[in-house]
Amino acid sequence: MKKGDLLSFLIFILLIILLPVISGSTYTLTVGIFSGINALVAIGLCILMGYAGQVSLGQAGFYGIGAYISSILSVHAGLPIVISAICAMIVAAIAAMILAVPALRLKGHYLAVATLGFGEIIYIILNEWGPGGPSGFGDIPHFSLLGYTIDTTTGYFYLVWGLVAAVMLFSINLINSGTGRALRAIHDSDLACNAMGLNVTALKIKVFILSAVYASLAGSLYAHYVTFISPSSFSLFYSILVLMMVIVGGITNLWGAVIGAVVITVLPELLRRFEELDVLVYGLILTLSLMFFRKGLVPILIEKIKKLREFAVAKH
Amino acid sequence: MKKAPKRFLVVLVAALSVFLLFVNAYAKEPYKIGALFAVTGPASFLGEPEKNTAIMLKDQINKAGGINGHPLEIIIEDTKSDETQAVLSAKKLLENDKVLAIIGPSTTGESMALVPILNTAATPLLSCAAGAPITQPVKDRTWIFKTPQYDISAVEAIYGYMKKQGISKVGIITISTGFGDAGKKALLEIAPKYGMTIVAEEKYGPKDSDMTTQLTKIKAAGAQAVINWSVGPGQVVVTKNWEALKMGIPLYQSHGWGSRKNIELAGKAAEGVIAPLGRLVIWDKLPDNHPQKALLKKYTQDYVALYKSDPGTFGGHAYDSIMMLVEALKKVGPDKKKIRDYVETNIKKWPGTGGIFNISPDDHCGLDKSAFEMVVVKNGDWEILK
Amino acid sequence: MLTVFLQFLFSGLTVGAVYALVGIGFNITYNATSIINLAQGEFVVIGGLMMWFFSESLQLPFFVSVAFTIFSAGIVGLLMERLTIKPLKNPDLLLMIMITVAVSIVLRGILMFSFGKDPYVYPAFTEGEPLSIYGAIIQQQTLWVIGITGFCIILLFFFFKKTMVGKAMLACAVNPTAAKLVGINVSRMVMLSFVLSAVVGAIGGMAITPISLMEYDKGPMLAVKGFCAAIMGGLGTNRGAVLGGFIIGILESMTAGYIHSGLKDAVALIILLLILFFKPAGIFVSKAMHQLRKY
Repeated sequence: MKKGDLLSFLIFILLIILLPVISGSTYTLTVGIFSGINALVAIGLCILMGYAGQVSLGQAGFYGIGAYISSILSVHAGLPIVISAICAMIVAAIAAMILAVPALRLKGHYLAVATLGFGEIIYIILNEWGPGGPSGFGDIPHFSLLGYTIDTTTGYFYLVWGLVAAVMLFSINLINSGTGRALRAIHDSDLACNAMGLNVTALKIKVFILSAVYASLAGSLYAHYVTFISPSSFSLFYSILVLMMVIVGGITNLWGAVIGAVVITVLPELLRRFEELDVLVYGLILTLSLMFFRKGLVPILIEKIKKLREFAVAKH
Repeated sequence: MKKAPKRFLVVLVAALSVFLLFVNAYAKEPYKIGALFAVTGPASFLGEPEKNTAIMLKDQINKAGGINGHPLEIIIEDTKSDETQAVLSAKKLLENDKVLAIIGPSTTGESMALVPILNTAATPLLSCAAGAPITQPVKDRTWIFKTPQYDISAVEAIYGYMKKQGISKVGIITISTGFGDAGKKALLEIAPKYGMTIVAEEKYGPKDSDMTTQLTKIKAAGAQAVINWSVGPGQVVVTKNWEALKMGIPLYQSHGWGSRKNIELAGKAAEGVIAPLGRLVIWDKLPDNHPQKALLKKYTQDYVALYKSDPGTFGGHAYDSIMMLVEALKKVGPDKKKIRDYVETNIKKWPGTGGIFNISPDDHCGLDKSAFEMVVVKNGDWEILK
Repeated sequence: MLTVFLQFLFSGLTVGAVYALVGIGFNITYNATSIINLAQGEFVVIGGLMMWFFSESLQLPFFVSVAFTIFSAGIVGLLMERLTIKPLKNPDLLLMIMITVAVSIVLRGILMFSFGKDPYVYPAFTEGEPLSIYGAIIQQQTLWVIGITGFCIILLFFFFKKTMVGKAMLACAVNPTAAKLVGINVSRMVMLSFVLSAVVGAIGGMAITPISLMEYDKGPMLAVKGFCAAIMGGLGTNRGAVLGGFIIGILESMTAGYIHSGLKDAVALIILLLILFFKPAGIFVSKAMHQLRKY
């Protein structure tokens, strides 16, 4: 791993460990849990968009698959939760592959609509045939592994963010590997890559599947925390929200996905004081943030830090 | 020189003590209740009147001296009709605001997400949503209550009336949200009990513009009546489509129909539409000695004077939840368990907007089909059917 | 049999016409800027709600209300472009689209505050009994919706193909640099495209409200369907948007009628995906034409 990434990662781990210690409030930790769950989906989308150059408006579909399959298997088939979650990831991967093969022939707005269509179809399937239909279903078991059940907020916080850390580790290594470089090359020019013998399509499909698997994991974590799910949490609205997280955080940096997820999840909580005006203020903040922090929060932060360092060096 | 300052000091201390006593007598600790309403988002037509009702009642109660001298504080959070937001808001209320009880949320889905949280936090929840799973099975709903009527009760009212009209074949059209789904399940479940055959089951989305296709299918299937189960603009669109198609068979609506706005929006198409309505909507048609009439009249008139619009059925659910809590607080004080026990055992023959409540350890809702009157729209106004 | 089929068809045409108008709105902005303006749905809502405001609340005469509504919508489009699009230099396309999403949130919030959450309605343009064709009824307002859509299409056709301004607008997205070189004021074209798409959206809203009512949050659903319609027909081609809109509307209705009403939205989406599979740039856009545009 590059030095900068390693440092960021260590600070990240430190923050995760410290937060529950500093703030014992289950409310704060719950906000943290949902931020972490959203971060998982955002990281997958960030790799897909920032590195492989593909857009997806259908991540909510994979998120929903993760939540529903894991819940159904653990409730109705009595399977252990970890197994159910893994099965859900497999289903999501297969769905991603089925979508990706035809969809990745499309470009830009057309690809966006194809993924949107996919997400909506999943939503409709869940609404029509999911257990409970639009009313959803509950009594989903809390996460448990080898007999240990995690039903405390602090425990779940560590579980979710531990997984985020693991996923970040894996993803950072992926970006810095040969595959990662190939991905960035694709982002710049499909044609050049094809000319050099890279199997562009295969690589794109793999990244698509990866983003689906991350989203599915997030969905399972959601289901086993709230213990009640209904299709309304897995709609197009959520897909657009995740997209917003990635753009606000900065599409060119994986940490952007994490920061973006935290910001978008925390922001409505900070706006509670505005009562009914909160929606309006939220929209205004988003608009201004997109207009003035165009590159994304993390890249701009990195720029500022670099400038600061140059400034410090120059003085001497 | 020494006497003057001493005397002055004595007077000062005496005045201060009197002042402090005076101030303390009025500075009684506020009773804090949390409220979760869908003020924005797809269910905002539920949350808005609920929130308005909460603010109005809180002000009225505090003007009258509070609850045993304690001011009432209702901390309202917007769940944006979203379950995740409901969870976050509930945790904030429980943890940061340390509320004694929570009123709401507005939808069944959100309420279901809160059941484990409120049970674990041993805090009473008085939901303003209708779904039966909110309070059943009762043994897993120790801390959970709800004030809207059961959907099954509304369906029973409809079927009971239909049977008297000699109708046996019904077509149902429902909205594809939790509200419509709950209605559909109830309609299907109770049908055999009243000898009803469902000849067609149709659906539509919350923002759909035209339902003539679904209604045409229902007519073609040989239905003798149509039942629409939705809230929001869908009710009005279905009504207008029904009239335009000249279906020739009566249209029944769910209890969500209970708002003058619907008659206004549907115009002449609303003539003849029948629905089971809570008495809040038709209070002025009730006989004066009806146990609910006085409170319905006061509530409606106060609400209209303050907000220039009808509270509708849904505002009433917040009224019932709040007034139950207020009564409990008055009698047992700020103790969560005592409040819970009070609501479970002492709300009997309790007149509210939704009906006359009889809450018990077996039934944390306490309403049945007698909470409804069958009402028809006649000459642009409600008329109670006998 | 025929009666039932015709009834389904009329229902599909009613909703399809609105999707078509929304799709056309998308095309206008896209053709001038390559941006997909996801606040397009909000323009439709503004059309319906402002028309109610002028004709019912202020009791202004019909044509005056129509004029004021169109004017209001145009102002909103103008403000949106001047405040959020113009200030950005060389923006990334995806960023612009997300900005339109954020703006749609703001617009929805403003509408919610101004009009509340209730639905609104006003009388149909012509009062009278619905027409009956082979036993299937078609409301007069539906004929208005379809007629107005057709009228807009014809007007826009002449505008884009025959007028200098229209042709200039089309040139802007294909190659803004070349457009500037030949003297086109690209910035003004962009502004005009937003105003025009707002007006087209508002017209759709004005026409559909007597049938399906209008409330502050109807925007997103219409935007998604309109976008799908535009994509299905080929982004940028108005006849594509029209065909796409009617196909989606009729597919929804036929699926609800002959298969299962719970699946109506899904079937339309599946057909959309299948069309994209065979024609990756939509029905009327050939692969060659598609390669010319960056997006």
